[in-house]
Amino acid sequence: MKILVCITHVPDTTSRIAFTNNNSEFDNSGVQFVIGPYDDYALARAVELKEQMGGSITVLNVGEAVTEPTLRKALAIGADDAIRINARADDSFFVASQIAEVAKTENYDLILMGRESIDFNGGMVHGMVGELLGIPSLSPVMKLEVENGVATLAREIEGGKEILEALLPLVVGCQEPIAEWKIPNMRGIMTARSKPLKVIEATTHSVATKTTSYDLPPEKGAIKMVDDMKELARLLKEEAKIL
Amino acid sequence: MAVLVFVELSDGEVKKSSREAVTYASAMSNGDVVAVVLGTAAGDQLKKLGNNGASKVLHANNPKFDQGVISAYASALAEAMQKTQSDSLVLAESSLGNPVAARVSIKMDASLVTNVVALPDAHFNVKRSIYTGKASAHTTLTKDKKILSIKKGAVILKEDGAEAPIENFNPSIEDSDFGVKQVSREKTTGKVLLPEADIVVSGGRGLKGPENWGMIEDLAEVLGAATGCSKPVSDMDWRPHHEHVGQTGIKVAPTLYIAIGISGAIQHLAGVNQSKYIVVINKDADAPFFKAADYGVVGDAFEVVPKLTEAIKAIK
Repeated sequence: MKILVCITHVPDTTSRIAFTNNNSEFDNSGVQFVIGPYDDYALARAVELKEQMGGSITVLNVGEAVTEPTLRKALAIGADDAIRINARADDSFFVASQIAEVAKTENYDLILMGRESIDFNGGMVHGMVGELLGIPSLSPVMKLEVENGVATLAREIEGGKEILEALLPLVVGCQEPIAEWKIPNMRGIMTARSKPLKVIEATTHSVATKTTSYDLPPEKGAIKMVDDMKELARLLKEEAKIL
Repeated sequence: MAVLVFVELSDGEVKKSSREAVTYASAMSNGDVVAVVLGTAAGDQLKKLGNNGASKVLHANNPKFDQGVISAYASALAEAMQKTQSDSLVLAESSLGNPVAARVSIKMDASLVTNVVALPDAHFNVKRSIYTGKASAHTTLTKDKKILSIKKGAVILKEDGAEAPIENFNPSIEDSDFGVKQVSREKTTGKVLLPEADIVVSGGRGLKGPENWGMIEDLAEVLGAATGCSKPVSDMDWRPHHEHVGQTGIKVAPTLYIAIGISGAIQHLAGVNQSKYIVVINKDADAPFFKAADYGVVGDAFEVVPKLTEAIKAIK
């Protein structure tokens, strides 16, 4: 089984979100970057599948040199080698094109990634990669088993889930509870240093969107504390105009 | 030129979020709005899409589409865009809509933006939610063809239009589009779907066990609300995963979110920060959730929630 896991390098979920340079750039100062939590599920499932049936895991990120510690962490968790495509990941179509360029010649059985990144929340790269390669793409997937070249998946739908069967190769956008997050052990961290990390340049440069500025939501007004539930019902009806 | 709208069905019923997408499309067009419906639909609800702003409905009345197969839907929508020579497609974000839109964007060489929260400006720059609702970006769709996936609440639903004529649509789908087989499906029925709900009542660990969910359901019922839960609650299997609200679960954007016995971890807040009003009920006055709330109640859920249910019943 040959697996490609695509990961994002994103601010930790507890980060304070702020912008700089006249609201044109994300403010990195004091922010800790991690493997995207959904991508972490994808990687963990890949490691489990490799334990079951052997094979290899390549981890890929589209990003500048600052993302290498994140790739090394993925190697420590269990990927065999890493690819960094040396470009800023500003546009989903651009990112999907880079992944598809790599995948075109490598014949991966599975291409796993998170259902979405937690910075831009686009949730479209898996679908774009699937279409670019002409193979099915499924997301958000909460369960993935593979037997004899057939994948059985549970995909979340509003109010429930559907169980699907598909032939490999396949692109999957993962979410919990597809696997338990894995924490790298000391041996993993040591071996990660010597595992290959290949840096390649972007081969296509086309984008489909351009972000011009960012802003933060307005501050919340002061909270009203209520003791009497009749008063709360009245406020919901008259102030919030809900009932 | 027509703006195309992908109208999604849920068990044969038009989703409310899709009707909002139709209204969104009518606000960004000169009135030429074509709604595309895939699969068998119940009753006369399709021509009623006219009320929401559609000028025409293209209906692929084919049971093959009754299961939302991502590749087949993508092929059919791309064909609809070609057939109507439409440059833009609007859809409501959903677990089906976004994966489908991603594939259509490649087929049609279109720009795609998801999580759109407002109408585009004259240069096709749109505001979209990022960092799980903690910020927004203003993004221009640079290709000639554009696809917008809108979040709940991006427009106020219009319900005053005329009936729309229905035209048959027979997309030339291929067997390869149905390569993914649906084996089975589990779906709660007769309940308000969480992502679509205007009011959400959520419970956390403070409820002490799944056997105490009755009071959450009672309150939800008088409000016509959907029920949700925090991550620990779904991790412990007290409630199913599709009710988990938060960073790695469902992100909701209701008018009212009521959080009961949830402390308000930052990952939970990320899933609810698009709510218009938030009520927090917690016995710990220092629970971080109060900082994000509009109305707060410090008290024991087991006492307070039944009282709130009665008070709402009385006032409605």
